[in-house]
Amino acid sequence: MAQQLKMQLLVCGGTGCRASESESIEAALARELKAHGLENEAKVITTGCFGFCEKGPIVKVHPDNTFYTQVTPADAREIVEEHVLKGRKVERLLYTDPENKEHVPDSRHMGFYRKQIRIALRNCGFINPENIDEYLARDGYEALGKCLAEMTPDAVIDIMKKSGLRGRGGGGFPTGLKWEITRKSVADQKYVVCNADEGDPGAFMDRSILEGDPHAILEAMAICGYAIGATKGLIYIRAEYPLAIKRLKIAIDQAMEYGLLGKNIFETGFDFDVELRYGAGAFVCGEETALIHSMEGSRGEPTFKPPFPSVEGYMGKPTNVNNVETFANVPIIINKGADWFASIGTERSKGTKVFALAGKINNVGLIEVPMGTTLREVIFEIGGGIKDGKEFKAVQTGGPSGGCLTQKHLDIPIEYETLVEAGSMMGSGGMIVMDEDDCMVSMAKFYLEFTVEESCGKCSPCRIGNKRLHEMLETVTEGKATMETLEKLKNLSNVIKDTSLCGLGQTAPNPVLSTLNNFWDEYLEHVEDHKCRAGACKSLMRYVIIPDNCVGCTACARNCPVNCISGERKQVHEIDQSTCIKCGTCMEKCKFNAIEIV
Amino acid sequence: MAKIKNLAELRKMREEQQKQLNLREKSNDPEKYVQIKVGMATSGIASGAKRIMDFLIVELDKRGIEAVVTQTGDMGYCYAEPTIEVTRPGEEPIVFGYVDTQRADEIIEKYIKNGELVEGIIPVNYESID
Repeated sequence: MAQQLKMQLLVCGGTGCRASESESIEAALARELKAHGLENEAKVITTGCFGFCEKGPIVKVHPDNTFYTQVTPADAREIVEEHVLKGRKVERLLYTDPENKEHVPDSRHMGFYRKQIRIALRNCGFINPENIDEYLARDGYEALGKCLAEMTPDAVIDIMKKSGLRGRGGGGFPTGLKWEITRKSVADQKYVVCNADEGDPGAFMDRSILEGDPHAILEAMAICGYAIGATKGLIYIRAEYPLAIKRLKIAIDQAMEYGLLGKNIFETGFDFDVELRYGAGAFVCGEETALIHSMEGSRGEPTFKPPFPSVEGYMGKPTNVNNVETFANVPIIINKGADWFASIGTERSKGTKVFALAGKINNVGLIEVPMGTTLREVIFEIGGGIKDGKEFKAVQTGGPSGGCLTQKHLDIPIEYETLVEAGSMMGSGGMIVMDEDDCMVSMAKFYLEFTVEESCGKCSPCRIGNKRLHEMLETVTEGKATMETLEKLKNLSNVIKDTSLCGLGQTAPNPVLSTLNNFWDEYLEHVEDHKCRAGACKSLMRYVIIPDNCVGCTACARNCPVNCISGERKQVHEIDQSTCIKCGTCMEKCKFNAIEIV
Repeated sequence: MAKIKNLAELRKMREEQQKQLNLREKSNDPEKYVQIKVGMATSGIASGAKRIMDFLIVELDKRGIEAVVTQTGDMGYCYAEPTIEVTRPGEEPIVFGYVDTQRADEIIEKYIKNGELVEGIIPVNYESID
């Protein structure tokens, strides 16, 4: 009897797992299967991100749904010999539940996945992104076919409007409405643009979707093209996403070959093709007007809106710009209907949102939850709580444009509006968790550093204002600020917000304003007591000698690189704070625990 | 590769491709399907469990029964190898011993299809802890 394929070993081929040798794991698994004569019974398949990046590289075995974590190429042999050959799971590679310390045999029972609904990520970690056939098997291009063969462009737009889908890049503009405006603009040529210029620190949602399910984006762009009357699609992607670019290129070639892109698709007379445009990784190019200028070959600088791109965009023609995650929702909405989509989420925010969890959290990774899920559920249930049992302090959403939310916000449901009301924003989905060791003033300073660096320099409030904001924050962290500085911080922030040209400038002061609001005490401590409770601001730290412990051995004084410690032998020593550079050498050298940081 | 000309062609192609993905689709909620575990420890393999597993996979597919066939370790009934455990959706698992292709065929036709019990049932005399 012919041997039957009974197992599939899915190996994560996302950027994260690739960085920890997932390619070698694939090769090793294939080699071991061959060595045991099992190559016809079990197959190794590359797939997209599973989301559980914290414990990568991930290998998932079907059909028993076994979820192996932190696999190394050396584990391949054991997996093949034990699991594939003998049907025994390799216990030591299973995920260990942090609470009861038990091995969890499959992903369905992991806390990380329990609260998730994967719509935009439906194919990530399930299909091989480099194989269009697997996408077809998951209803791929069905939605495009349906639209072309059975629906008018207006009907397509109607479904999008009814579904309640809103822009996932952060703004939350209703997608159907945007399509409708672009449809109504009259021109000989229109464009569909996919914004894949993901730039928030710590965010990798769009990259993972493109790497794990590139065809979904192509299909959605073609649907959008049909709806608005465009025959050309452009994906603006940063050149620093080489794997996503590679997979997109493969996907475009395969779709062209099958006639699912190109001329006369499904023989309906509709033409659509997709090209890639590379960005150099400037943050401001995520702003749609700057993105369009960059694509045209000009400097990536924003221009005043209106005119909106829907009316006058790329090459002066009506252009519909949507973000990657927004597009990822489109085919399934067409297939399952607007009502289905609208039934997920809340009254004002429909569907799900993908978040990239990062920072001081146990389960760093990519998650997708229905709108309305609370921050507490995301951080403590899916995210597994704070690393090393520390106290939760704040969570930054919306990247450099967002704000931080605190303990008191943990129970608000995640929606576009509620997050804005709480002083932050949805943003593209970066979520950086902070614990008690993070200084909130330094955090605001970090984001300002980022915006100062990324400001295109076109308008003065952003170019000059943010630089001044950054300088003021620096004086706070150095303990040189006064109450007047804090007042100025607030005023200048508001001026920048009101007068900047584009979204980058208008939102840049948000981290400052939200920390001023939520952590006023910490600012006060920095200014009045010259103290940083997190111990993160170096200038505010002081090394002092505890007289009771000091025996006068002179070890500290002899090792101090700036000779700021004085004292006689067998007498209590003293550190001159005005010359101390806070290198910590004295503390390291002291054998009597006589030096402490205050 | 020929171009896909219309929805009908696309759907036909999808059906073929879905077979490849079936293994993965079903593993997400195995409770909905007939689940069969084949005891594949050394003793099981030695007495032909592998052939039984292949037989089950091919035949179930041929007879259009949606099932998840996996291998498992030693079930403890080494005297009765090959052994298989069959769970019909929503029912308690039943273990069959001395399974050859003929008995496997009988299990598919009678038990899996109609819930009729057949020869070779091994009474479960212990409890498993999940």
